[in-house]
Order: sequence, then C-alpha cells, then structure tokens
Amino acid sequence: MTVEVTGAAAVGERASDPDLLYSEAEEDLRAAVRSLLAARAEPAAILGRIETGDPYDPALWRALATDMGTAGLLVPEKLGGQGASAREAAVVLEELGRAAVPAPYLTSAVLVVETLLGCEPEASEEPEAPEVARLLASFASGRTVGALALPLPTGPGSALACEVRVAADGTLEGGARRVADAAGAHTLLIPARGPEGVELYAVDTSAAGVTVSPLVSLDLTRPLADVAFAGVRGRRLAGPGVAEAAVRRALLAGAGLLASEQLGVAEWCLSETVRHMGERKQFNRPVGSFQALKHRLARLWLDIVSARATARYAADALASGSADAPVAVAVAQSACSKAAVRAAEECVQLHGGIGMTWEHPAHLYLKRAKADEIALGTPSHHREILAELVNLPSPTAG
Amino acid sequence: MTGIDAAELRRRVTELLAAHDPATTDRTAFLQARFDAGLAWVHFPAGLGGLDAPRALQAVVDAELEAAGAPDNDPRRIGIGLGMAAPTILRYGTEEQKRRFLRPLWLGEEVWCQLFSEPGAGSDLAALATRAVRDSRGDWVVDGQKVWTSSAHLARWAILIARTDPDVPKHRGITYFVCDMTAPGVEVRPLRQITGEAEFNEVFLTGVRIPDNHRLGEVGDGWRVAQTTLMNERVAIGGGRVPREGGLIGLVAETWRERPELRRHALHQRLLELWAEAEAARLAGERLRQQLVAGHPGPEGSAMKLAFARLNQEISGLEVELLAEDGLLYDDWTMRRPEHVDFAGREAGYRYLRAKGNSIEGGTSEVLLNIVAERVLGLPSEPRTDKDIPWKELAR
Repeated sequence: MTVEVTGAAAVGERASDPDLLYSEAEEDLRAAVRSLLAARAEPAAILGRIETGDPYDPALWRALATDMGTAGLLVPEKLGGQGASAREAAVVLEELGRAAVPAPYLTSAVLVVETLLGCEPEASEEPEAPEVARLLASFASGRTVGALALPLPTGPGSALACEVRVAADGTLEGGARRVADAAGAHTLLIPARGPEGVELYAVDTSAAGVTVSPLVSLDLTRPLADVAFAGVRGRRLAGPGVAEAAVRRALLAGAGLLASEQLGVAEWCLSETVRHMGERKQFNRPVGSFQALKHRLARLWLDIVSARATARYAADALASGSADAPVAVAVAQSACSKAAVRAAEECVQLHGGIGMTWEHPAHLYLKRAKADEIALGTPSHHREILAELVNLPSPTAG
Repeated sequence: MTGIDAAELRRRVTELLAAHDPATTDRTAFLQARFDAGLAWVHFPAGLGGLDAPRALQAVVDAELEAAGAPDNDPRRIGIGLGMAAPTILRYGTEEQKRRFLRPLWLGEEVWCQLFSEPGAGSDLAALATRAVRDSRGDWVVDGQKVWTSSAHLARWAILIARTDPDVPKHRGITYFVCDMTAPGVEVRPLRQITGEAEFNEVFLTGVRIPDNHRLGEVGDGWRVAQTTLMNERVAIGGGRVPREGGLIGLVAETWRERPELRRHALHQRLLELWAEAEAARLAGERLRQQLVAGHPGPEGSAMKLAFARLNQEISGLEVELLAEDGLLYDDWTMRRPEHVDFAGREAGYRYLRAKGNSIEGGTSEVLLNIVAERVLGLPSEPRTDKDIPWKELAR
C-alpha cells in the first residue's frame, strides 16, 4: 500500500504563515503507520530482537519504507520519491518514536536523503549528478539503507568533526566514531577532508578496507558503531563547498525532525503512565487520584503541548524552506529533548517497581529519550546556537 | 442560525459606514447605530445587537470596522460585562432582563463587575457564605463580603452569587443575581496589593435589597448559571497572534542586548532556557489559535494560562536579578487605581510582584492542574467529603 500524500503546507497558507496543525493527509499517513506498527512492532517483539545484534526487522522496514513509500517522502517524484515534505516525514517519526521502533528511518530516510538532496542531483553539468540521483532513488525506495558517517552527537551549526581524509591517491583514510545505524547500512555517505575542503563520498559497507565495529549502545533500538576506512576507494558525490553545505542541511533537517520522534516518545510515556495510574490501586483508590501524582502528569502534558507546537513549527519551517528554520529547529530541540527525557523518567518513577523491570517497555523509551537528547546536538548545544541566531550573546562574546 | 455569511456582513458594515461616517459621527451615536444594526456581537439574537450569525464571523466585522477607523467600545474597560455578564444574561435572562441590560452593557454606558470570590471561598467557590434571604414581598436581602472585585468602584451593576439555602449541599443552595452597585448597603473599598496599587476591591454587602426580577435563572440553580460565566472567562483568552519576544521575555532580552556589563554566564543559561520556553509557549498559543479558527478547539487553552503564569514569574525574577543594583529600586509605591494591568509600562520590580498574581487569579495553578489531570487526562478525582453534606455543616 502506498499512502497518498500531498505537498507541504495546507492550501491557502502563506509561506510566512506557519501551519502548526496536522492536515487530513498527514492524519491518514499517521493512522497507516500506527496500525502497521501496532501489528508488527509491539513492545514484546522489540524486546525480543534488541539483544540479537540485529534489532531491525527487515520485513517491517520493507512494509514501512518500501510498500508504504515513507522512505521517499522527502524526495521529489521525478527523483524517485513521494514528493512530500518534512511535515509528513515528521508524522512518521512521531509514530516511530511512539512505538520506540528500531528502524533506520532518521538515519537513512532523513539524514542520508537530505545530504544527497543537497548535492545537486539535478545539476546535469556536474559529473557526480548521475551517481547522486541513482543513490537517491535507491534510498527513496527503501531497498537500500544508508548511514551518514558522522558521530551521532554532531549538531547543526557546529564545526564538522571530520576524521576521514582523502589521501593523495584519492582513497579514504580514517574513520568516524559513534555512527548511528552503521551496522545495518548497505552504503555509507562519508564526509572526507580533501586538499581544498570537505568532500563527500559514497562507500558500500561491503567494500574492501571498510571496518564497521558495533558498540554496546545505551539505546539498543538505535545501535551505534565505529567505522574505519583504510585505503578505501569511494564514489565522489560532491566537492568542497557543496559537500559541507549538504551535510549542514542534513543535520538541520535531522535535528528538526528528531524533535518529532522525541514528541512521539513523550506522548507514549504520558499516555501509558496515565493508563497505568488509572488502573493501579493502592490505599484502596487508584493512584492516579492522588493530587501529588496528578499534578506531575498534568505538568508533563503541559510540556508536551508546547513541545508539539515547536516540533510542528520546525517541520513546517523545514518544509517551506523558511529562513527561520535554524531558530525553529533550535527551539524544537530544546523543548522536545526535555519533554521526552522528563516524560520517560516520570514514566519509570510513576510505574513504581514494574518500571524498573526489563519486561516492561518503559526502559526502551527512557534509553531512547536519553540518547535522543545527545543525538544531533544536546539541548545546551542548541541553546548556544540560539544565542547567536537571536542575538543574545554570551558574556564572553564580543 | 440565519444564512448570514461573511459577504453579507461586509455589505451591512458598508451600509453602516455609509449612513454613519466615523469621521463625522459622534462616538456614542456610532456605537448605538452599530448595535442597532446587529453588528455589535453578530452571534447574539437580532434586536439585541446581533444577527444570529456564527460567532467566528465577528472577526470579519471587527476587521472591516477597524480598517475604516471606526471607534470601538473600549472592550478592555468593560471586559467583565462583555466576557462574563453578557453571555450569562443571554443564556439565562428573561426577555425583559436582556432588553434592559445588554445594550448599555455593550455600549459601555454601564460597567459591570463580578461578585463571586469571598475571603472564605476562593478555589472552593461553591462554599461561599454571602446570604440572600427572601423578604415578605418576595424580594431578596443580601449580607456578606466579596473580594478581588475589579471595576467595582466603576460599576453600575454586578453579577452576584449568594447562598439562598444553607440546608442543602453547597452546590445546590446558590442563586445568581444582578446586583445594583448604587443600592444602599453596597460599600466598595479598594484592596491594596503587593505592588502598591489597587486594581481590585473588597465589597461589603449589608442588607442590600435585590428585587426578584433581578434574579438570573431559578432559585437554587446559581451554580449551574455561574458555570456559563466561568466558561466564558476562559473563552475570552486567545485572540490575536503574538509576535516573537512579544511577552516579558522581550523586555529582558532588550536589557541583555543593551547592557553588556550586566551579563553573567549563569544568567545567560537561564535566559536562553527561558527564551526557548517562551517561544515554545508562544507557538503553542499560535497553534491553539489555529485550532480555534479551524473549528477544532482543543483542551490546550487551560495549558496556556499555566504556562504563562510560570514563565512570567521566572522571567521577571531573572530580570530583577539581572538588573543587580537597579533591581533594588522600585518605580512607584503610590496607591493608584489602574484600569488594567500594564506590565510593559512599569519597571522590573513591578513586573516581578504583579506576576505573582498570574498563578492565583482566574483559577490558581494548582486548581488548573487538577482540571487538566481530571478533564484532559481523565484521571480519577480525589475522594470528596463535601459533596453530600449540607452547606451549614461544612468545616469553615
């Protein structure tokens, strides 16, 4: 089944008039993703896979990414995608967060795809364009899974910690630490320092000289690996200037859309905790009737109301190419990181003893929330960026 | 509901403007003509300032009239009448009451106030103790004390709830009245606040006579009538779009930009966190506004008051600390009677003190959190000991 999605903002909205609601098409997409995940990614199934070293369910990815077409939401139709926007991808991520699903959506369908979209796939005079377009189409179909070879904590607006260099013979040397979803990827996009600046290469993980070393990750649903390259011959996708701008574009989109995943994490934690507290009885009454606990849940709900508005604004700003997107993303990361971590921590505490068990899925959300807080820039990183963007300089600046 | 649409309303506004050019028409005469044309509040009935049109279309009329430079009825001055008294009178008033009260209320000729809260009945409003006793002629005699009454010193009328039956549980023995603020026995005293000024009053009612035809709704049904009033208090929030840095955060941000010598690292972290939180709250307000426009009001309205109360307090607290030695000063302790709260027109110390009221007025944050938990999240209520006990036996 392919879900029909239409382009960016609702009809009649001006670019300067952000649409913070969900359109009917977006709600349809949400319902389709949610029902797929309810059937195929229930917590017991996820708990059963996360310790196998391969947490991904390939059949689920095929259904989600290929059959429903969600891997190509950000890619224009003429390049083999669905021609939707960040608004729709945000809805998919919300649902993936709500179910704490191990799936390489953020890494392959957002970070990798956005990097390639920044590499001018339609500039026919560029020699790299056909390869960029070929890769883009294969990631958009979901048949190939990719990862961007940068440390997961790299946020938009920071200097690229690029530890791969292009040797004199054109091969790649070096590596990248803490790369998300690298172990399951077919292809890596590698920013590499050349003589005139950062260039971008594509390398298959099966190629000679590539080593992918899985790490023991805090969040087992988004496993990390260190990757190393020794004399690896890659396909060049972009030269200096273009490559760095493409990576920065991807990091901004990734951070902005991660906010929606965090929103989904927070929403599950709140609704599951509310459900539990309505059922669990102590002292001859539901524990949810105690005011001290009720207020904690009401405050979480408040955080989520604000977080949802910031996540929607970030998605809309990315979709419309708004000049305000960097501010929108920094605000969304600040709000949604906090909302997700707080909701997951409260979820564990308010479940009491059961919240500390491996059997209950609360820990999946706590680990995802805490890892997401660091991914694509910590909240403090995003607030430092904000300080520059909105002219609130630090005491030492200037 | 009549078939009046936006185009028809625009036509009627054009007609009104043609017959009563705002440039040459006296303000009162223009407002009267607007009321009589049904363009005051279009969702009200014909003959009472409206046209039975959808409420959302009022925005069309307001925009057209504002663009034409027409005078308005100074809604901030008569907010309680417009936002609380009028919808209640419309819903529960007799035909005679509607004709008598609504027109001068909307025109601003008669200011209204609200006699609900009491020293012993704040969050637990239904516990109120002001008594209304029927006399031999069937009229009512009221004795008691009300508090936190804004505009009482300007008001011609009040909406009043009083206990008419102490022998039944508290929610059932209350009746709703319109009280003449010029009647003998009504005494209004300013209530000076921690800011030095007095926005509010205490109102003492001693043997105040209210004719039975100034009762709104049935005897003993006052709690239900009051729900209409209180619900409309919350609807009144919302309104227009707020720009970035439109709230108190904008004032601190300006100070930070203009006075580098005040900057400290720890304050910078707090400022950035609050800036991001204020922007998030602003976006949540904008999202709520879009939901209302789309015809899908969400429960987020109650979130906004909670969020802004906390933010205003934290931001103004940061502002005073940031100002350091200037934070030790206060602009003016003179006892004054302001007509509305003016955060931006006063200094940081005033903002810090006045913001303390944001988590108390219009429902304390603690009560609002209960409401969110029970009505939005559906959590069970606390076991209650007061529901079935006659009011006179309650602990006080």
